[in-house]
Amino acid sequence: MTTSTQPSSASGPVAYYRFKPWNVGRFVIWSLFAIALIVAPMLFRSSLALTMLSQIGYLIIICLSYNMLLGQGGMLSFGHAVYTGLGSFLAIHAMNMAGKGALPIPLVLIPLVGGLAGAFFAILLGFVTTKKSGTTFAMITLGIGELVASMALMFPEFFGGEGGITTDRVYGKPFFGISFGPAIQVYYLIAAYCFVCTAAMFAFTGTPLGRILNAVRDNPERVEFIGYNTQRVRYFAFIIAGFFAGIGGGLATINFEIITGADSLSVVRSGGYLLFTFLGGATFFFGPIIGAVLLVLASVLLSELSKAWLLYLGLVFLFMVMFAPGGIASLIMMNLRLAKYGKLRQLWASYLGLAGSGLVAVMGVACMVEMTYHLQLNAALGPQMNFLGASINAKGLTSWFGAGFVLLTGAGLFELCRRQFLQQWGRIQEEIEHEIKRGEAL
Amino acid sequence: MNLEFFVISLLNGVSYGLLLFMLSSGLTLIFSMMGVLNFAHTSFYMLGAYFAFTISSVVGFWPALVLAPLVVFVMGAAFERYCLRRVHKFGHVPELLVTFGLSYLILELVQLVWGRSTVPYGLPEQLQGPLFTLYGTQFPKSRSFVMLVALLMLLSVWLLLTRTRIGLVIQAALKYPEMVEALGHNVPRVFMLVFGGGAALAGLAGVIGGNTYVTEPAMAASVGSIIFVVVVVGGMGSLAGAFLASLLIGIVQTFAVALDYSLIHAFRLVGVAVTEQTFGYPLLKLTISQVAPILPYLFLVLILIFRPKGLLGTRED
Repeated sequence: MTTSTQPSSASGPVAYYRFKPWNVGRFVIWSLFAIALIVAPMLFRSSLALTMLSQIGYLIIICLSYNMLLGQGGMLSFGHAVYTGLGSFLAIHAMNMAGKGALPIPLVLIPLVGGLAGAFFAILLGFVTTKKSGTTFAMITLGIGELVASMALMFPEFFGGEGGITTDRVYGKPFFGISFGPAIQVYYLIAAYCFVCTAAMFAFTGTPLGRILNAVRDNPERVEFIGYNTQRVRYFAFIIAGFFAGIGGGLATINFEIITGADSLSVVRSGGYLLFTFLGGATFFFGPIIGAVLLVLASVLLSELSKAWLLYLGLVFLFMVMFAPGGIASLIMMNLRLAKYGKLRQLWASYLGLAGSGLVAVMGVACMVEMTYHLQLNAALGPQMNFLGASINAKGLTSWFGAGFVLLTGAGLFELCRRQFLQQWGRIQEEIEHEIKRGEAL
Repeated sequence: MNLEFFVISLLNGVSYGLLLFMLSSGLTLIFSMMGVLNFAHTSFYMLGAYFAFTISSVVGFWPALVLAPLVVFVMGAAFERYCLRRVHKFGHVPELLVTFGLSYLILELVQLVWGRSTVPYGLPEQLQGPLFTLYGTQFPKSRSFVMLVALLMLLSVWLLLTRTRIGLVIQAALKYPEMVEALGHNVPRVFMLVFGGGAALAGLAGVIGGNTYVTEPAMAASVGSIIFVVVVVGGMGSLAGAFLASLLIGIVQTFAVALDYSLIHAFRLVGVAVTEQTFGYPLLKLTISQVAPILPYLFLVLILIFRPKGLLGTRED
């Protein structure tokens, strides 16, 4: 790969043969993604599962659009819900107008209305937001987020006040029997948008703008030096992210048929997008997809399972930031690297030990947390409570002692396993480095 | 608008502004020292109020005024030592995220320990009642106490930073950490103390803000974004800028809440009648008091457009 072998371009474009093989791996992955989107509702047939799948579908778009800012551009935004929420509101007004016959838009195109609204507000608000980068950017997005969220209560005519705005997604004549009344039809609409938007956002990573955006994240001075305006690059990326966020918001409206300003525009919602995009992994393109799945699983299943779910979520988030800042995606990729060199088998015993001892420790913590929550919230029901099938006296000294003992045992074993594992991990990484060096020397 | 309304609103505005300054001074201090934007800063404010509530129910308010910030100081320093220092090597975004996660955790823990509703954290006897009566309106002692503590705090922080040895080390560690380290000072420990100190300032604001206003789990979120506005408007890392901006925002907001005028009134003064059919009626009928919650954020946007480095800021970034 030296520059001297490149044909000189001074004498105009030279036609030469470029070897362009089919990228089989990429083709397989995208086919699998499409198949997963198509097959998922056939595997999980309950109505709860279908709602969750629909939510996952549009949250994938939103989290990916968020990661366009965070992962690709290094912009930590606390106001992403502004663009999804405003997209939702414009979409719902378009739907209501179309329902009255005032606006000839088929439902299939409503998400695009949301997308254009998101892009419009990103053009408007992004101009001030992207003036700064880094930490200041984060504070400004937070301020703008609060601004829009509190404005929502000020204009009840447009935002519907506390109660929000409702709509009916079934309007116009059915098209080939598709009326978008049944949830399954809405799911497939969302799935189609999800696939197209994911592909488009992946394509964006390869465009010159996408590449220069990465450069702006990594080294803004150098980008300025080669003649780009970093502020404008951030601004353009912000607009594109706003567009996709709006599409996600539009799909959310179609799914729920109701939207409230206090909820959909709130800074809490923006924080949720940030949290799960980060947990999924901001450094890889597919990380936010994992994040979106986790977001729905956590907010639907985990919140059913335990009242303390926000506490667990906060703890998991804190530990991830401290010990695995690349998110789940980076953990997967590290292990894939091991598997590629055939080293994964050496580690399975350690993984089992880590998981087992970690689980014991988590059980101890969870038991204590659940007892505390029980005492705080269900005081009227008496001290007896149910934890994983066992009846526990939340006020009993023995149960607290037992939980503490379980926690200490688990934590102690975990620490032992961790030391062992770190040694192994370091050794294996060294071996892999060695092998790469040998491969290069050959 | 008469003089009575003006004077009382101004006093209220200044006392609210000084409370905002107590909050943002800790944030500014931490930010200008370590470059860390502490998202959990108002969580420390909330912790200060709740600790003061618990401590004052045992030993009374005046010991709590000293003890609660100390507890918050220890917690802040421990957080810096065991969490923040660990993520420092990953860069600024994970540092910010770790404080963001902490704000989640503190909110949950506060709700767990003290419940989800308001706690009866009242004023001590000495601070109850009016300090003076002006044109028939009473100005409460508690508000003037907030002002007094804030001014004392400003003075002592300023003296500490400019007149003492540790202040010199702190200021030098901000600009030349390697050099200060080479001279034999323990820079990581200085950072730990500064973070704890910033948290303690927030805790102190909580002790006196909690009983002057209200102590509830939502109190962190309600001032959370405004202090970021204060810091940006004043200029990142400028203590004097934060002082100016917090007074400005405090006064503007207090006046706005009390004014029930809308653009319709303005049109009526020049003789134009506005009815529900007029274009833009929803916008015109908004009174200033209704717009009050968004004024700080509008202020932020205007500052960003016309003076991006803030009122007294020196850095362009």
